[in-house]
Amino acid sequence: MLAFLARRALATIPVLAMVAVFVFLMLRLTPGDPAAIIAGDNANTQQVDAIRAQLGLEKPLLAQFGIWIGKILQGDFGESFFFKKTVADLIAQRIEPTLALAIVTILLAVAVAVPLGVLAAWKQNSWIDRTVMALSVAGFSVPVFVIGYVLIYVFAIQLGWLPVQGYRSISLGFGQFIERMILPSITLSVIYIALIARITRAAVLEVLGEDYIRTARAKGLSDRQVLVHHGLRAAAVPIVTVIGLGVAVLIGGVVVTESVYGIPGIGRLVVDAVLARDYPTIQAVVMVFSVVYVALNLLVDLSYVFLDPRIRY
Amino acid sequence: MSALGETLPVAGAARRPAGTFARMAKSPGVMFGGAVLALMLLIALLAPVLGTIAPSAINPAARNKTPGAEITMRASDGTQTARSAWMGTDSLGRDVYSRVIYGARVSLIVGVAAAAVSVAIGLFFGLVAGYVRWLDGAVMRVMDGVMAIPGILLAIALVSLWGAGLATVIVAVAVPEIPRVVRLVRSLVLSIREEPYVEAAVALGTPVPLILLRHVMPNTVAPLIVQATFICANSILVEAILSFLGIGIPPDIPTWGNIMAEGRALFRLFPHIIFFPGVFLSLTVLAINIVGDGLRDTLDPRMVKRI
Repeated sequence: MLAFLARRALATIPVLAMVAVFVFLMLRLTPGDPAAIIAGDNANTQQVDAIRAQLGLEKPLLAQFGIWIGKILQGDFGESFFFKKTVADLIAQRIEPTLALAIVTILLAVAVAVPLGVLAAWKQNSWIDRTVMALSVAGFSVPVFVIGYVLIYVFAIQLGWLPVQGYRSISLGFGQFIERMILPSITLSVIYIALIARITRAAVLEVLGEDYIRTARAKGLSDRQVLVHHGLRAAAVPIVTVIGLGVAVLIGGVVVTESVYGIPGIGRLVVDAVLARDYPTIQAVVMVFSVVYVALNLLVDLSYVFLDPRIRY
Repeated sequence: MSALGETLPVAGAARRPAGTFARMAKSPGVMFGGAVLALMLLIALLAPVLGTIAPSAINPAARNKTPGAEITMRASDGTQTARSAWMGTDSLGRDVYSRVIYGARVSLIVGVAAAAVSVAIGLFFGLVAGYVRWLDGAVMRVMDGVMAIPGILLAIALVSLWGAGLATVIVAVAVPEIPRVVRLVRSLVLSIREEPYVEAAVALGTPVPLILLRHVMPNTVAPLIVQATFICANSILVEAILSFLGIGIPPDIPTWGNIMAEGRALFRLFPHIIFFPGVFLSLTVLAINIVGDGLRDTLDPRMVKRI
């Protein structure tokens, strides 16, 4: 078990190294002087020279990569010349809203999608099933920002039930926090719900065909007991897997949702960074989100052991 | 009697197998998706004759008009014509209807081109990784790396490097899709290469590129068509997202995404600027996804079980 943990964790290293190479090359393969690009349009010659020395740009490419990755591993992502801060500070400042939005969304999505998927599988080919599947395809197709603006229009502008935009930290009171979190998290969860409900349905359908389900029914268990204790439990592995893989979709959605609702998180930060051509920040955000994504999927892999007693490493 | 009843249709089907499209068309969903898609194609092709005006023409006298407003157009020779802007105008007085209609072109071009680019590149590397075993590890590790970067984020990063334009957006949207194509093709190749006809070709001394082209590639076509459909739908969405965020295709080329970007500032007062392109965008992507589901069910029944 421990050996498996170690092996699986080690396997993420080449993947993350690959990501680091891409992110590093991103800037070096762009035509022009990387130091000048990083410094931005408003920098003077001394600043550009300082950056060039700092990055070791006169050294060979491999040595430059070594310097860069060494700094990243220490949490030093360089300095944002646009925001006039270190990139690490910038991200630390912006991480709370993004984390809050992501957690609320994941909780909401799982709470809605798993029951929907189970219901659809249980009542296969009924109108419930067809409705869930149709909504799921629709969920994949309507862009996040269209959902966002429709919700804002109906619930914030027409009905006036909720604030239009903005973010309030949870430390300033739960009521104000959740009030501003309802619309963004619903917006962001739609595509995630579509994804999870679809896979849950497929996974439960497959399990329901197994012999032990027939046995469970034969010994007189109620539908509910069969579904929850035998069906859902065995279907947990694919469901948890898609929750992990769906984080990539979620991260993309965060960028859009934060822009629609004016939430000052990392997603909004990366858009601002692109508009300002602030490359150190873009590099850092890509790096951070990729690490989070890979780490979450590592956790998902490890959770298999607890979810499915048949899996032994 | 029942045995006869069961065997008869099968025998009939075996005698004259229905075409892919005939089988697909049996589903009402696919009919709907196909119809919407055909309509969007027609709109894109016929944009200039659908009562549109120049989509980038700025009309300061007709700024921020609500849908249905009468606006007067002044031509270069000074003559004035009145027209009804049934989708309203944006904050520069551009006709939203004309922009939405022309926007269909860009969205469809981006979707099809991005699907073509990612399938072409993915097919090549997938064939190589699946058939040339010593290259497999290297190719797949690179693909793992690309897949570890969330797709939209990768597209955003690429656009920020290459600058915003139609071609750069197409490639930026296509790149995150490549690893999935490579994986699909590779897995297909791994099983196809064990087929007797491939072994026969190897035994006859057929060169590897020829084996791949003539014996392996044709068997990847059906799953690739299905995959390409979903990539097309997703690419249209990602392009709209990039343009909506203001980092995609610049506003002088109207796309559904950047029309909506234009509407963001005054959304509370003039929601129509976001709603009309939003409806077109959602319907188009929905139609492509439905057609893709239909294609998958007919072309590749094994995949139905997996998804």
